[in-house]
Amino acid sequence: MTSLQNPYREDKVHEACGLLGIIDTSKARFSAYEPIRAMENMHDRGNGLGAGFAVYGLYPEHRDEYALHVMYLDGQAKDRVEKHIEKHVEVNHAEEIPTDDKVRVVNPPVMWRYFVTPKRGLSEETGEDEYIREMVMRINMATGKAFVFSSGKDMGVFKGVGYPEELADYFMLSEYRGYLWLGHTRFPTNTPGWWGGAHPFSILDWSVVHNGELSSYGANRRYLEMFGYRCTMQTDTEVMAYAFDLLVRRQGLPLDVAAKILAPPLWIEIDRMPSEERKVHTALRQCYGGLLMNGPFTIIVAHHGEMIGLTDRLKLRPLSAAVKGGRVYMASEEAAIRVLCRDPDRVWRPKGGEPVVGRVKALEVVREMIL
Amino acid sequence: MKSYMLPEFNVYRDLERCVSCQVCVNQCTYMVHYYDEEEDLVKSREENCVGCLRCAMLCPTKALKIVPNPTSYRENHHWTRESISAIKVQAESGGVILTGMGCDKPQYTYWDRIVLNASQVTNPSIDPLREPMEIRTFLGKKPKELSIEAGSGRYSLTTELSPQLKLEMPIMFTAISYGAVSFNVHESLAMAASESGTYFNTGEGGLDRRLYRYGDHAIVQVASGRFGVDPSYLEVGAAVEIKIGQGAKPGIGGHLPGEKVSREISRTRMIPKGTDALSPAPQHDIYSIEDLSQLIYAIKEATGYAKPVSVKIAAVHNSAAIASGIVRAGADIIALDGIRGSTGAAPKIIRDNVGIPIELALASVDQRLRDEGIRNEASLVVAGGVRNSADVVKAIALGADAVYIGTAALIAIGCTVCQKCYMGRCPWGIATTDPWISKRVNPLIASKRLSNLLRAWSLEIKEMMGGMGINSIESLRGNREMLRGVGLTDKELSILGVRHAGE
Repeated sequence: MTSLQNPYREDKVHEACGLLGIIDTSKARFSAYEPIRAMENMHDRGNGLGAGFAVYGLYPEHRDEYALHVMYLDGQAKDRVEKHIEKHVEVNHAEEIPTDDKVRVVNPPVMWRYFVTPKRGLSEETGEDEYIREMVMRINMATGKAFVFSSGKDMGVFKGVGYPEELADYFMLSEYRGYLWLGHTRFPTNTPGWWGGAHPFSILDWSVVHNGELSSYGANRRYLEMFGYRCTMQTDTEVMAYAFDLLVRRQGLPLDVAAKILAPPLWIEIDRMPSEERKVHTALRQCYGGLLMNGPFTIIVAHHGEMIGLTDRLKLRPLSAAVKGGRVYMASEEAAIRVLCRDPDRVWRPKGGEPVVGRVKALEVVREMIL
Repeated sequence: MKSYMLPEFNVYRDLERCVSCQVCVNQCTYMVHYYDEEEDLVKSREENCVGCLRCAMLCPTKALKIVPNPTSYRENHHWTRESISAIKVQAESGGVILTGMGCDKPQYTYWDRIVLNASQVTNPSIDPLREPMEIRTFLGKKPKELSIEAGSGRYSLTTELSPQLKLEMPIMFTAISYGAVSFNVHESLAMAASESGTYFNTGEGGLDRRLYRYGDHAIVQVASGRFGVDPSYLEVGAAVEIKIGQGAKPGIGGHLPGEKVSREISRTRMIPKGTDALSPAPQHDIYSIEDLSQLIYAIKEATGYAKPVSVKIAAVHNSAAIASGIVRAGADIIALDGIRGSTGAAPKIIRDNVGIPIELALASVDQRLRDEGIRNEASLVVAGGVRNSADVVKAIALGADAVYIGTAALIAIGCTVCQKCYMGRCPWGIATTDPWISKRVNPLIASKRLSNLLRAWSLEIKEMMGGMGINSIESLRGNREMLRGVGLTDKELSILGVRHAGE
């Protein structure tokens, strides 16, 4: 594959797509059948230029190792990156990501996965997560031909150019099981899709699928750059994953607070709040204004044990949520949920800016008043 | 000595229209118009005319036309009329040529070479008439992260934020001193800032006691002369600004001639009546960044750490490094004043040649602070020739938190940028302390004009943001994706950090 990805070298790609998230709150792992079926149901939301899945609880046998999924656009990049990887981490196992070559997809890059642990001593100063994050950023910036598109523990992202059901076949997802699945089908409008530009976007165990376009991308990107994040995937969604990593993992904010940073209440609402609540919201906007996400968006963000759905404040993109037993479903459209469970215990469409959180062993529907 | 200067302007009076009412005679403070009793005609002394247009605008019968004198030297692109005239003036006077207001040279306006983005199809634009658009802005130091505690189902804040200035729009009135302008102008600025939810800046002349009631909306300036600085002055302001430099005259001090120092100004500035108020170029207790830090903390101590402290510098070659130092010295706000910055009086040669355009300084300062990871440690306010709401939007997208306007505010009151502020006879009653002329500014009317201007620009800012699909100003700040350059060199684009239009 050449620079098929994005011959115009644009910094971001615009889109309006189909999203899915399913979490089993008892952490029971289930097969890819359901997510694939739901994504098939939203076939027409994509145009075959990008799709993907994220799976949590994917590699129980490598539970404590970081699973690096890397796409290589040429062999030289592979040599360089592997040297870099071996220098910084112990590679406990490496293999090409299995694919079904009978499935016809356009220009697939070579994709490998490495189960690694940071070398002792090297990661002490920053901590292991931060050490891996920095390494991922370095690799993604180094050659322009190699991208780590998944770097968490016991989870993985599978994505590329095609429709979701094609890519599911290509990656043989029916072989995998997990307790939390994200799915995405993409409708890029301004530029051709490329393998790295497909969703989910991921850093450590954070994965994000997104429908929309961030008018605030330039501001968000430059804010994140101050904290060492480098946007290399040429898509506006990338900033979402980094924003959650910064706010929740590094700064320790609760997930629903992070959601309020991305899609905060309006000032007219904040001005009417009781004093303590007003103080919190005012401070959030004062300090984290650079991470306010503007423009139309719906996102489903996951990390281990937790999944959150969120739309922009004006709700310019759709999101449906449903609960059935121990399962929480979120999707761009209710039909995708109903195809899996005909009679959910509850199904609703969250308000703009209102986060919906599915958590392992606890289900919380987070509303404005909690903050 | 015989003067070889030609009048700058010709005054044409339509005798068919003129009714000899003498409004022009009364209004012109430069004694251009006079009444000839013998002929029962109003006549003009053209050599006195500065082109302020007061007479033309107030003439009840619209009988006057003020036109630049077409008589000129032989055309020469190098020896322009301006350069020949300057030599003649200096050959006659032997002095420094003074001027008022900002630099009028064509080469420094980058705003006009930058265009804005708008949404089409994939992300919808937002209609500000139907949807809320938020332009509230806070100035002050922000922490890198907040600590939030959960308790009894609610979150509470455990991080204590530094003091912040709350602006309902990202526009403030820049430093304009009482003395450079009349009390009525100061009062107009104070009233409009209070009414509009923003701030005015006292400049270096102190704050008249009568305006203390607007203290919540005042940024009180501490400049090299320390005029008017006492505990009550620091206490009454919402923020304190240390002035190091000014865009119109970087490295140059100020001078208010003794004849302007009236009883009120003497009281406010705390200097004897009739004495010259000399502000030295340097502050004599600041010769290094460490000294600046000491002053910043002295002011914070004096005000109980309850007010943000701003440091204002002129945009110069190494603004980025200086700004970094200022942040590290503890400032909460940096005010950057570009080469278009205005003034009551400056040597013309300095005004036109010293300093750099604010657009370039802003871009490089914002980038440097981000590269160093300290952009959140201070807010960035830019000043220096901001003419309209598009300039404001472009400044914010380049990285500013807010802008200061000065000339634009004075124009709203009536100023016609005749550039003669230094003469102290401003016929519009603005750049003067003469009690008779000052009355030409009615604070109620002038503050309404100022509030209207802020409102109008706010509406336009919201329209532009809506066009970009942005409904909150936070998402515009530093969002250089929304900007493109037209006709700029690669170097200029790289300093501005924007791509060329079409890319």
